[in-house]
Amino acid sequence: MLFPPCAAIASAAPILQKDKAVAGAYVIELDNLAYSYGGGELLSDISLRLTPGSFHFLTGPSGSGKTTFLKLCYGALVPTAGHALLFGKDVRQMDRDEIAEIRRRVGVVHQDCQFLDHLTVAENIALPLMVSGRDVAAEEVNLKELVAWCGLTHRADALPPELSGGERQRAALARAVIMSPDIILADEPTGNVDWEMSERLLSLLVELNRMGKTVMIATHDLGLIRAAKTRVQARVLRIAKRRLQLAGADL
Amino acid sequence: MKLLSPAVLLRGEPQADRVVPPTGFTARLTLFAAAAMTFLAVFALALSLATGRLASNWSEELARSSTLRISAPAEQIAAQTEAALQVLATTGGVARARALSREEQQALLEPWFGPDLPVDSLPIPQLIEIIEDAQGYDPDGLRLRLAAEVPGAVLDDHGRWRRPLVKAAGRIRSLGLLSLLLIGAVMGAMITLAANSALAANAQVIAVLRLVGARDDFIARAFVRRFTFRAFWGAVLGMGLGLAALLALPEAQAEGGFLTGLGLRGWHWVWPFVLPPVAAMVSFLATGGAARRMLRRLA
Repeated sequence: MLFPPCAAIASAAPILQKDKAVAGAYVIELDNLAYSYGGGELLSDISLRLTPGSFHFLTGPSGSGKTTFLKLCYGALVPTAGHALLFGKDVRQMDRDEIAEIRRRVGVVHQDCQFLDHLTVAENIALPLMVSGRDVAAEEVNLKELVAWCGLTHRADALPPELSGGERQRAALARAVIMSPDIILADEPTGNVDWEMSERLLSLLVELNRMGKTVMIATHDLGLIRAAKTRVQARVLRIAKRRLQLAGADL
Repeated sequence: MKLLSPAVLLRGEPQADRVVPPTGFTARLTLFAAAAMTFLAVFALALSLATGRLASNWSEELARSSTLRISAPAEQIAAQTEAALQVLATTGGVARARALSREEQQALLEPWFGPDLPVDSLPIPQLIEIIEDAQGYDPDGLRLRLAAEVPGAVLDDHGRWRRPLVKAAGRIRSLGLLSLLLIGAVMGAMITLAANSALAANAQVIAVLRLVGARDDFIARAFVRRFTFRAFWGAVLGMGLGLAALLALPEAQAEGGFLTGLGLRGWHWVWPFVLPPVAAMVSFLATGGAARRMLRRLA
């Protein structure tokens, strides 16, 4: 079975395609970036430019700094050397409110999806709307469609602890895209789900990329990367020995 | 930061505040602290107002009057009284001077000796009541003149025992106000601790909110509104109990004169109703400060 159903994609598309004008040619620009933690350098000499609509995988052995790299990409960490520019603005010069604004334009799917456990799945997915002061009731229809698109309609009123691993990942993805962000960063989105569910999640991400979103997925699942390469023009970045390299076509 | 609106205090938590999970322990702590502190504040307030009233009663009733006592052998009393009245009539600052009648003197002595005292047969000094005008007289000058002309006269201008009493009443009043301030500070401290504990317990919630793009203000407001709401209703509860306790106090008797009761009088009943909004404001500031301090430290 194909997932998500095509009709649902078509109806959800309008809310996902409210593209914002991107300042500058690159959505993320890393310039000789380095990050040290506890005296040791975790990442060094990293330069990367992500254009709007690109699709990247990020691989590397466990502990190589994939999660740290993603955190540098959404302003959760500030580089210890070099510069990280998000939408043309240096992270180091942003105050906390500007970082909050950036988070509304960057959808993040964490490895361990964190939700507010006392709110329902639907409320959790609508959380970015709520915190940015948008009228959640006015977006009710869009929210329903997005929930359906992620195949969570029957779980909408459940609490997050009641969800399975795959359902949590899809709910996290729905929450990451409800604001129609320009960038989607996913950290091991298929880490603890079976292959069929990985396929579904990949389909969702590919679909979002076709709508013009920049996508970056950190994973060490080579099967996932191979599966993606048949559907989308994806580039593979690898972190090895603290540096970022463009991986060859040998995958 | 948006100011707290009365509507929020009464209606409680808007939809957006649901992002903070209900936390039973800190909720009860805040409610209890606000109720207990407001209960105490009602009494500190009553104490301050009562002593204030006491001080002004004593000042007013005693400041403008003094007493001249003439102790002399029985046959000279009338003459010395006459002489004293003459002196007083020519003293600047004395509005009126009047010798008390026998009946009045007997009435004054009655509480001590009973109604059957044969005043006529006792060598009781004659009392002259002096009422000052707005300027007042110079007691030392008057004493000198009286010493020369009326040897048996003793001037009691009440100041000797009035001043320390008024001073003591003023002190008690300041202590009452200081207590009010301390109660407010302690409530602020307790609510700050409760808010810190709630913020620490909800670190995960705050991390999620930051991740999905919440500004610090949004997060702080959710906590602040919740604590302000609880402090307000806790204070209303404490105020209700405090007022009930005040109403249950025995009334001061009319014969008590200037020894006024501890209760509230007239428009002073308005003051306790100021306490819940003040408690809400203290909570608003305390929680807002705690939330902003904690959020600044987070990534």
